[in-house]
Amino acid sequence: MRLTTASGRRLVAGIPILWLLVLFLIPFIIVFRISFSEVRLAIPPYTPLLTWRHGSPVLQLHWSAYRFLFTDPLYVSSYLYSLKVAAVSTLCCLGLGYPMAYAIARSHAAVRPVLLMLIVLPFWTSFLLRVYAWIGLLKNNGVINNVLMYLGVIHHPLALLQTDFAVYIGIVYSYLPFMILPLYANLEKHDGTLLEAAADLGARPLRAFVRVTLPQSLAGIVAGSLLVFIPAVGEYVIPTLLGRTDQIMIGRVLSDEFFENRDWPVASAVAIVILLLLVVPIMLFQRLERRELEAAK
Amino acid sequence: MRARGLFTRTALVLGLAFLYLPILSMIVFSFNNSRLVTVWDTAHSPTLKWYVALMSNEQILRAAWLSIRIALIAASAAVVLGTLAGMALTRLGAFRGRMLLAGMTTAPIVMPEVITGLSLLLLFVAMQQLIGWPKGVGAVTITLAHITFCMAYVTVVVQSRLSGFDEALEEAAMDLGARPLRVFLRITLPLILPAIASGWLLAFTLSWDDLVITQFVAGPGSSTLPMVIFSKVRFGVTPDVNALATIMVLIVATGIAVSTAWMRYRQQRRVRDLQLAAAANL
Repeated sequence: MRLTTASGRRLVAGIPILWLLVLFLIPFIIVFRISFSEVRLAIPPYTPLLTWRHGSPVLQLHWSAYRFLFTDPLYVSSYLYSLKVAAVSTLCCLGLGYPMAYAIARSHAAVRPVLLMLIVLPFWTSFLLRVYAWIGLLKNNGVINNVLMYLGVIHHPLALLQTDFAVYIGIVYSYLPFMILPLYANLEKHDGTLLEAAADLGARPLRAFVRVTLPQSLAGIVAGSLLVFIPAVGEYVIPTLLGRTDQIMIGRVLSDEFFENRDWPVASAVAIVILLLLVVPIMLFQRLERRELEAAK
Repeated sequence: MRARGLFTRTALVLGLAFLYLPILSMIVFSFNNSRLVTVWDTAHSPTLKWYVALMSNEQILRAAWLSIRIALIAASAAVVLGTLAGMALTRLGAFRGRMLLAGMTTAPIVMPEVITGLSLLLLFVAMQQLIGWPKGVGAVTITLAHITFCMAYVTVVVQSRLSGFDEALEEAAMDLGARPLRVFLRITLPLILPAIASGWLLAFTLSWDDLVITQFVAGPGSSTLPMVIFSKVRFGVTPDVNALATIMVLIVATGIAVSTAWMRYRQQRRVRDLQLAAAANL
């Protein structure tokens, strides 16, 4: 269908574009701008970029926020730690999610919708409450420690909460559906006869999987991994509730700079550097999304 | 082949257990008498006292009411904007700003929430300086922020539905002389209605659940339910939150059961209608 009336076309595309320009794109430009200011005690709490001197505008770019980021080891270590946590969690998610998606894709057609529903269902209940549930499971007198002590496996409670392990569990748990759904969408389309052909040619199941199924599902693997990795880098709730206190993730650093230190320029600079780290994964994700939608046509 | 089937099936069962164990434990311990949350007090449990405590907790009730109102408005506005964006991306062909729109509707889905939250707050502060609106942060700014990230999800849902069905129906209606708006209302809208409905539910859930972005754009006196929960659980476990979680799980489960039953009913009716039509033609 082609909308014929020009004004109608303009309205259909124009309204959402205008909304997102004002509430999505322009805000980033403002963040970018403030990251080149210096903090000051005033309202707003940062220096203006343009000042008027003798009737002509003077552009004042301050690099102090960025210089600060790269001299104070807190920031660099938080960035590296966040990338590590996101990468490890993504791999764990893939390791658990791939066989699950595979099992669903190969299951009987009648049970498939039920299984998919079971994967998505937790997503509909509060994310915050589901992360909170892990506090009760992981803490020193929590369910897991109590069960292990009751069974006599351990005699002293394991320190599970406030560890890297707890953060991995939290991220894998919360993001697992985002890994499984694109993988399932991909695996479901696979042609079973290719595997049969490989078997006829003498390939053992593992070899057939590595040579046939795995390469075909690469797009699903990448899409699922990006859907987990990108938001996990900036994750705030999970490390705050479950994670270590001596090493914080960059999302928490940003939030603390803004709310505790009231340093808007440094908070903005932290955000810009996260964006620079994530720009390649985000663009890759968008390209995959577009290709997926065009393939559906 | 058999060995791999066993392996993936075991992974599926274990994975599902992993997904549901925490939820189950919250439900069980919501009936526990002990304040220690995870130590079962056999003598006095099960008890409903945390549910009673919850229902008389003024702060939680007020926050829940605010969250419901924000989610209703945000989901409805996001559905309108998201449907427009989905139409623009699938039905307008090439136009200026198409790439921009496509990029701006997928980016919010993966964007770390702290960045979206910070940037929206800085926008609201800048707007207030420039045009004097919005006056301070609160329910209005929260709603605007929620509409923005919810519409991205709605766009994806509507867009995939729109690109999934044939444009021939719409073209046929056009050939018969229907004007674009009429084609949309009579042909396109009924076809994408399921996508719009699930988009609305998704948007409602996301808005109802959001903490990080909301914290940035909320002001004093506009605490949503996730904000209240977060400030409670940040310093340890509290049993009434278990009760709250159980109620929410119950509502979601009921909703899913009802919608599944309704869909099955519609499916059966369609099959019956088709059979009747076939019989009439004979």
